[in-house]
Amino acid sequence: MPVQDAVSPLPSLLLLLPFFSALVILLGHRVLKGASVAISVASATVCFAISLMLLHSKDSAPVLLPFVSAGKIKVAIELLVDQQSRGMMLIVTSIGLLVHIFSLGYMKDDEGRVRFFGALSLFMFSMTGIVLAGNLIMMFIFWELVGLSSYLLIGHWFEKASAAEASKKAFLTNRIGDFGFMIGILMLFAANFGDVSFLGLKQSFASGALHQVAANQTTFMAVAAIGLFMGAVGKSAQFPLHVWLPDAMEGPTPVSALIHAATMVAAGVFMLVRCAFVIEASAAAAEIIAWIGGITALMAALMATQQNDIKRVLAYSTLSQLGYMVMAVGLLAMQVGGHHHEAGPGHPAMFHLYTHAFFKAMLFLGSGAVIYACHHEQDIWKMGGLRKHMPVTFVTFAIGTASLMGVPYLTSGFWSKEAILGVAFEVKGGSPLFWIGVATAMLTAFYMTRLFVVAFLGKPRTDAAHHSVEAPIIMVLPLIVLALLTVVTVFDKTAVWLEAMLPQHAETHHTVLIASALALVLGSGTAWVLYKGKDKDPLNIKLFANKFYFDEAYAVIVKVFQDALAWIIAGLERLIVDGLMARLPAYLAARVGSAARILQGGHLQGYTFLLGLGVLLVIYVVVFVLPAVGH
Amino acid sequence: MSILEIVILLPVVAALAVWLGAPARATSVGAAVLNLLIVLGLAFQFKDTAAAAEGGLAFQNARVVLENPAISFGVGADGVSIIMALLTVLVTFAAVWQIAPDKPAIYHIASQLIAGGALGAFLSTDVFFIYAFHELALIPTFLMIGLYGHGEDSYRKSVAWKTTIYLGAGSLVLLAGLAWVVLEYSGGGKLTFDLNALRAQAAAAPLSADKQGVIFFVLLLGFGTLVSLFPLHSWAAPAYAAAPTPVAMLHAGVLKKFGLYGLLRIALPLLPLGPHVEWVQKALLFMLLGNILIMGFVTIAQRSLDQILGNSSVMHMGYIFLGLAAGTEMALQGAVLLMFAHGISVALLFAQAGRLRSQIGTLELDKLGGLGAHAPVFTILFAFGTFASIGLPGLANFSGEVMVFLGAFGSTGSTQIGPLQWAVILSLWGVVMSAVYMLRAYREIFQGTAKAGLFMKDPVFSQRIPLILLAAALLVVGCYPTLLLDLLKNLSLAKVAAM
Repeated sequence: MPVQDAVSPLPSLLLLLPFFSALVILLGHRVLKGASVAISVASATVCFAISLMLLHSKDSAPVLLPFVSAGKIKVAIELLVDQQSRGMMLIVTSIGLLVHIFSLGYMKDDEGRVRFFGALSLFMFSMTGIVLAGNLIMMFIFWELVGLSSYLLIGHWFEKASAAEASKKAFLTNRIGDFGFMIGILMLFAANFGDVSFLGLKQSFASGALHQVAANQTTFMAVAAIGLFMGAVGKSAQFPLHVWLPDAMEGPTPVSALIHAATMVAAGVFMLVRCAFVIEASAAAAEIIAWIGGITALMAALMATQQNDIKRVLAYSTLSQLGYMVMAVGLLAMQVGGHHHEAGPGHPAMFHLYTHAFFKAMLFLGSGAVIYACHHEQDIWKMGGLRKHMPVTFVTFAIGTASLMGVPYLTSGFWSKEAILGVAFEVKGGSPLFWIGVATAMLTAFYMTRLFVVAFLGKPRTDAAHHSVEAPIIMVLPLIVLALLTVVTVFDKTAVWLEAMLPQHAETHHTVLIASALALVLGSGTAWVLYKGKDKDPLNIKLFANKFYFDEAYAVIVKVFQDALAWIIAGLERLIVDGLMARLPAYLAARVGSAARILQGGHLQGYTFLLGLGVLLVIYVVVFVLPAVGH
Repeated sequence: MSILEIVILLPVVAALAVWLGAPARATSVGAAVLNLLIVLGLAFQFKDTAAAAEGGLAFQNARVVLENPAISFGVGADGVSIIMALLTVLVTFAAVWQIAPDKPAIYHIASQLIAGGALGAFLSTDVFFIYAFHELALIPTFLMIGLYGHGEDSYRKSVAWKTTIYLGAGSLVLLAGLAWVVLEYSGGGKLTFDLNALRAQAAAAPLSADKQGVIFFVLLLGFGTLVSLFPLHSWAAPAYAAAPTPVAMLHAGVLKKFGLYGLLRIALPLLPLGPHVEWVQKALLFMLLGNILIMGFVTIAQRSLDQILGNSSVMHMGYIFLGLAAGTEMALQGAVLLMFAHGISVALLFAQAGRLRSQIGTLELDKLGGLGAHAPVFTILFAFGTFASIGLPGLANFSGEVMVFLGAFGSTGSTQIGPLQWAVILSLWGVVMSAVYMLRAYREIFQGTAKAGLFMKDPVFSQRIPLILLAAALLVVGCYPTLLLDLLKNLSLAKVAAM
């Protein structure tokens, strides 16, 4: 086993490689043309190899580059390699590589192919930065950068108005979250004497300045924790900032798989787990976080039941699963909080993040293969019968669906879901969140069965579905690999090489097991009965189909509180500030002085003379009059 | 002769040569390149000078002009001046390079004069000359707006007139404040304008805090008008919208920073207690929040790119004032960094807006759209400016902003949320607003489908050079701000302020 020492260059290389890939593509795409694509894929491959090599390295915290400093306070680009970042890195690079490969097929005929792969490299760089970040400011930096790459990739087909709007919406919604994130960072920065490195914060919460703050100033701590959480609310699309994620499906499907399902949207959860000590320090914040997660999980699952676009169903499912993870973060913090007993290395939320990343990326890539085969048809009601035409996609999609629904013992999704429900169950005095979790699981089984039955079973409903053929091998291969990763139970103790992902919480409770099995049977069975052999949706629930009218409500808020307010303030500014401070004096001056006439004549000499005279006057006053006055 | 004197004189000589009939473009661009190289050399050399190590002035030289009152043409540079000089030569290079060959020579003359005046103001060590050089730079600004500005004749005349009166009035208030400082600190029956002597006097016999507060406030109003501090800002947006491209680049990018530089260089060292007097600090916080929040909303309401850029440039001054108001080392260094970053990014954006206007004939968002497909290189470069001004990490503005925020919020272990902390929190909302209007502009100009008859060519390679240079400066400083911060390392901007 190669053991890396503390100054191993590997983590830095992992970060810099995709950066240079993106930079080279930005500067040289005209010359490189197709080679740009190769560079991007090669960089992703090497990054994956490095992540594997890092799996058995020691924990380390190398400093890469100074960023800003003043006096004793230094903020650096520093990395933190530990169990959490190693595990997450493996997810990011493995799925990243598979998505790169899949995109070779999916984006083959796209004019903006080179731009696409350049942005993909930029994303790999930014995401690596988040995962390896050693302090909150560095995390914020890369946090914003994944936002940029997400913006670029959602808006890949920027000539389409809906894609352009969706990318803007994603960026702005995230900015609102980041507003809170920054406040949280600043509060910790102030309270911890300018040290926001994760190691420093952890130390401080255990026995330093922040330990005192947490004990004595609960409001401050709660606000700081909620501030950080707001960052996650934006990035991980939690209620009430969830609205951008479904629209983000305007991006190419491989992007939806990598960024908007497996990795970037999970960064919020990753960050919360990184900062678990902050949340544990505030019971109030922990409870709020758990509830926001629970609400998101349930609400998004309800919305998913009535969507007809294959990618949107999956997008709402992602929202819902992210809600699950956030709920787990809050719940575990509620348990651990106050006892100062250290949470173990593997967090159930991270475990679910890992398993979800594999099967959701798989489902998205599968939907990409379907969309590709059906000539960019995304409505599940115009598909049907794909089982015969696309057997490999069918089987892999079935495995992904089973895992998302949590089919007991066989799928990784089962273990991670049980872990979260277990935490919810263990909350002292019981918590309604456990039942919300179970209800969400039932709805998940319902909408996934619906999607699967309508799209893959029955008879083809359109020509597009009828003539669909299996995707090319370069697209099918990633599907197979991901499907295998989904069923290899990560939980298996023999899989030592995946040690980085093992959860800490895995006691089985019979109630949990029975409840979730019932939920699965009930949800799945109802959907099967309702949708088997149907050509249109027998249910018609407007509230769910229209996503609880969030978009409409927000449109009104933006109109009133932004555009109308901006219009009013701009008018007042013109009227008062400009009118009083500029127009009036200008008007008076123009009335009084003949200088105005010179100006209106527009002669160069006129101006020069006037202004030259002014300067001379000033000089005269300063040099000769002032001394006389002063002395 | 100090090398700094050459740096100041070079643009003035170039302007003179062009006026006398030398080939305008060659002379002007040549001088700009030469000056760029010299200042870059100075910046590299600066770190090794003895003065830099102890936070003093390097490359000093003084020529006595008058014995009593003591006025001398003194030059000298510390880290702040070097950074400002770098900003000036970079923007000047880009501004004169992008002047189209069919423009009259006066474009080059005016640009070089503005550059010379700005460099003079940034590199002088005598209050009198600092002031006079700035006035020198203002004159061509007014002229160019009035004579060659955009818009109808009467409109641009009125804009030029308004700007002149506004800045003239601001300069007068400033002059009064400066005179007051000079009178207060001139010892031994002799008036002195030498900044070093004034500083020594200020350290030896400081004024009472109350008095410092009053004088600081007068200087704040004077310098503030030049920097478009709310509510003294209403000259700025129309002036930039009307100004010819190189003038907009140079004024918004460089000359406007003079007021901030003056506050840092003159007001803070001489009146270190001034900004911390309670009413002064509160007033400053209110004004800068006016810049950020009110102007943020005003910018959102704009529907034309030049108005958006002009108003947002006013808005962003608020962050720099926040750094000054905070007065910690981190915040002040951040403010300096932000002055540089804002100058570069706004120059880049104005250069591109100028190109858009000349190619398409309008900057109104409703009439634009889908240009990204025609002009990908131009679009990428515009994205650099857009995202820099939004404060995206990796581009220079973010580094400055985050330092201002960190420095202003404090790192003393205190958990108090005082006025300054509230100001930071409210300012952070401005970052959201910036994204709203800049992304809206970007969306409506470059994305979507192109409107009928709308077409734009990518700039050819030589036209890309100035844009690429500015974008590269944003990227390099954004990724590695230490490059500039090293110049400030031993300066301790806050030392005097913390007394």
